[in-house]
Amino acid sequence: MNTNYQRRTKEELARRVAQDIFDGAYVNLGIGMPTTVANHIPPGIEVVLHSENGILGMGPAPAPGDEDYDLINAGKQPVTLRPGGAYLHHADSFAMMRGGHLDICVLGAFQVSATGDLANWSTGEPGSIPAVGGAMDLAIGAKQTWVMMDLLTREGASKVLHACTYPLTGLACVKRIYGDLATLACTSQGLQLIDKVEGLAHDELERLLGLPIRL
Amino acid sequence: MINKIAASVAEALAGTADGATVLIGGFGTAGIPNELIDGLIEQGARELTVVNNNAGNGDSGLAALLAAGRVRKIVCSFPRQADSHVFDALYRSGRIELELVPQGNLAERLRAAGAGVGAFFTPTGYGTALAKNADGSAKETREIGGRPYVLEYPIYGDLALIKAERGDRWGNLVYRKAARNFGPVMATAAKRTVATVHEVVDLGALDPEHIVTPGIHVSHIVCIERVATQAGGFKAAA
Repeated sequence: MNTNYQRRTKEELARRVAQDIFDGAYVNLGIGMPTTVANHIPPGIEVVLHSENGILGMGPAPAPGDEDYDLINAGKQPVTLRPGGAYLHHADSFAMMRGGHLDICVLGAFQVSATGDLANWSTGEPGSIPAVGGAMDLAIGAKQTWVMMDLLTREGASKVLHACTYPLTGLACVKRIYGDLATLACTSQGLQLIDKVEGLAHDELERLLGLPIRL
Repeated sequence: MINKIAASVAEALAGTADGATVLIGGFGTAGIPNELIDGLIEQGARELTVVNNNAGNGDSGLAALLAAGRVRKIVCSFPRQADSHVFDALYRSGRIELELVPQGNLAERLRAAGAGVGAFFTPTGYGTALAKNADGSAKETREIGGRPYVLEYPIYGDLALIKAERGDRWGNLVYRKAARNFGPVMATAAKRTVATVHEVVDLGALDPEHIVTPGIHVSHIVCIERVATQAGGFKAAA
C-alpha cells in the first residue's frame, strides 16, 4: 500500500464536514458517523439540528442519569432540546424535510455514483430483513445532501462507482462526498475534486476510485 | 354531554373486530401506548393489520401483540432493530406479511387519510425498489415541473392507539416531547382513536393555543399511571 499520505481519521472527517456548515443552517445529521459532526461545529456559529422523529433544535446527549426516553433522536438515543427548539409530529417533520426547508443533510452510505445516486439502506442480501426508515426521505429532501464515508471498502474496492450495485435510496441526490481520502462533488458530468489529503496524487486517487475526477 | 373519558382500557377497546387495521403510535419506545396494546391482546381481535414505524422492541408492547399471533400484516418503515427478535422470527418463518414504507411516506399516507386526500405524488422513493406494489408492478409515476414523483395512496385505520400526556373530556390532547411522533397524524386517520393520558384536566384547562390534537379526532381517553419510557431500539453502549 502506498503510504505517502494519511487517511483522515473519523474525527478529522467529522471536523472537515463541520467546517462547511454555515451560520444559521438547518441541518439533519444521519444516524452513525454523521451524528459526530455536531461535536465539531465551529464556535461562534449557530446551527439548528433537525431530527426527523420530530425535533427541531436538538441538543447534545444529556448528562448520565438525565436520560428521558421520550426525548430521543432518530437513532433512538437520548438527546436534549436547546432553548428555542420545538417538537413536531411526524407528518410535519417529514414535510419540513421533503419540502426542501432544511439546508443540509449529512448521511452515511454504502455506495455513491459519480452523478450522485445514493445507496445507503440495503445491501440487497438475500434473506435479510429490509428496513428503510427515513433514508429515502432524507436523501432527496434537503437543499444539499452530503455523504460522509470511507471511499474504499476494507477490501480496497471503491464505494464511489459509475453506477451503484446496491439497491438505490435516491437518484442524483448527493451533492458532495466527504471521504477519508478526499472531498468530491457529484455532478451530472461526474466527479469533481474539492480537496484531498496531503501527499495523495490526483492520478492515484483516480486509480483507487476507478473513475475520472475533474479538477 | 360529551364525555370521552373511558373507565378502562377494556371499555375503550370493546368491539375491535378481527381483520381491523390498527394504527399504533410511537417511534421506537417513545409514544408507544403499551397499556392499549396489552388491552388489545386481552380483547382478542385477530388477523390484524398493524401500522407502526417499527415492528416491536424487546418482548412487551407491540412485540407481545406479534408474539400472540394476532397480526397478519405489518406496515412500517423500520422493522429490523437491535431488539426486534419477535418480528424477525415471524418474518423469517413466513408468518407475517411486511409492507415496507419510507418513513415520510408512511406519515404522509396517514395524513392523506385524515385529510380526505385521495392520493398524492411524492418524490420519496422514486427510482427505488420501494416504488413498487406488493405484486412487483411499478407504482404510478409522473413528472411534474421537471421532477419525478411516485403516486402513493392513503392508509386508513379502523382504530388508532396513541399515547398522549394530558387530555380533557372532549378528547383534546397535548403530548410529551418527541413521544408526540405519529400520534396526531394517526388520530386523524382512523375511524376510532383511543388515547392514553397521564392526566385528565377540566375542560378549558388546556390552553387552546397549545392543544395539538383537537377532540374531534379522539373517541376515547384512558387515564393511566405514568411509567417512565424505557430505552429501546438500539444496542446499548458497552
